[in-house]
Amino acid sequence: MYAGVSLLNRAMKISKLAVFALAAVVAVYIRAIFFTPIELRQGLAQKILYIHAPAAWVAFMAFGLVALVSILYLWLKDPKFDLIAESSAEIGLMFTTVVLITGPLWAKPVWGTYWTWDARLTLTLFMWFIYVGYVILRGAVDDKAMRARYSAVLGIVGAALIPFIHVSVYIFRTLHPQPVLMKPDAPSMPPAMTVTLLSSLVAFTVLYIWLLRDRYKLAVEREAAADSLSLGA
Amino acid sequence: MRQAEIRESVLSATERSSAETGELSDVQRGNRYNDARQVSRHSEVGMLRAAWIIAAKDLKIEYRERSAIVSAVSFSILGITLFFFAWDPTGVSSVDLAPGVLWVVFSFGGLLALHRSFGVEQPTRAIDALLAAPIERESIYLGKALANFVFVLVIQLISVPALILLYNLPLNGAVPMLCLVIGLATLGLIAVGTLFSAMAVNTRLAELLLPLLSLPFFVPIVICAAQSTAIMLSGRPVLEAAAYLKVLVAYDVVAIVLCTLVYPYLIEQ
Repeated sequence: MYAGVSLLNRAMKISKLAVFALAAVVAVYIRAIFFTPIELRQGLAQKILYIHAPAAWVAFMAFGLVALVSILYLWLKDPKFDLIAESSAEIGLMFTTVVLITGPLWAKPVWGTYWTWDARLTLTLFMWFIYVGYVILRGAVDDKAMRARYSAVLGIVGAALIPFIHVSVYIFRTLHPQPVLMKPDAPSMPPAMTVTLLSSLVAFTVLYIWLLRDRYKLAVEREAAADSLSLGA
Repeated sequence: MRQAEIRESVLSATERSSAETGELSDVQRGNRYNDARQVSRHSEVGMLRAAWIIAAKDLKIEYRERSAIVSAVSFSILGITLFFFAWDPTGVSSVDLAPGVLWVVFSFGGLLALHRSFGVEQPTRAIDALLAAPIERESIYLGKALANFVFVLVIQLISVPALILLYNLPLNGAVPMLCLVIGLATLGLIAVGTLFSAMAVNTRLAELLLPLLSLPFFVPIVICAAQSTAIMLSGRPVLEAAAYLKVLVAYDVVAIVLCTLVYPYLIEQ
């Protein structure tokens, strides 16, 4: 009975932003599945683009924010920035995982192989490793200020590494399709697909903002709980 | 008690002798130096000079102990011999195999050196003395990096000829360019590795975390170094490796500058 009430309580707490983000994602997939033309050569497999591309977009945005707030933390020493970096890194890692799962699923029917050592695949894989290291590092340092400083340093040098991995693997070899959306001439997709892709980017961005806000709130509450515990002891 | 007496007598003796000669004794000079130190935190030794002193200290420890360098060299050669059996020698020629083996073994051998770098300060908390010294924080990083660089170069000085000998590699006059690649790549490995070594020793997972953090950062170096080594060993024109060498140079510059800049933030209290 009590558990039921608290569950209800918790359910009531779901924010407007959460409802909006989830509704946007659902709307995008209804459009993607029922109202967007099927690609001629790739068939239904191409639909995975509407998960793959926005997830990659959010991952890059999340890691970009980690680098930015890491610099701000070292500069201003405000613990708020450290907690934002923590939240954004975890969410970015989650979306990178989505990219790494959907990518091979799409590559198998289209390229004929789950994995190739192409520039962007390799980059994504190593980006995933960098931020796995980031999350593990955070867990391996007990002192709060030290954890914040260490992870800020890693957040900065990690972001600086990404262009180097990209360039070196690019010279090594590349197979990935060239950009289809952000390129000088008109997008090489039919307008209906472009609209779906763009709206999936928007929906995932809202999803990211919601997740970031809630994860940040959780971090703040955890720190507050740890402080009150250490005060009590 | 006894020691204090001896110290007193030595002190008075030196004071007497300096009164006679009109010069400062070493002990007095040392006292004056300590007084000056308390007045200002800013160093009388420049950043590079301090880095050099720290590097010399580390290398002296390594030279006297020798067990670390011996085991790191044996590890590298052992790795080289072990890798030989990982491929079918009739299917893959050793010239094709060697560059990859070389750089995989070096990145792991480098990790051994890097783990020692700050680990050696840990048991007696000698790092606290370094931090209390009136020197720029950057010079601790630069000194440690310099010592690591020399340490890894010594490993390579022995294991590269061993690889050439064991894999029966044709050199094709590639020695100067090979040295350049080794120097550039080692610089990059050490620059980022030293930073992570300083971090990892203070964590609960030190031995695990150093490779976990460092290896993604070794990826561009291993790609560029292994590919340009392959180009040189196969006797192809050096120009083919130009793009890789440019990436290595850029990586070194960015890594050294960035790591020197962020290192002081690791230890800020």
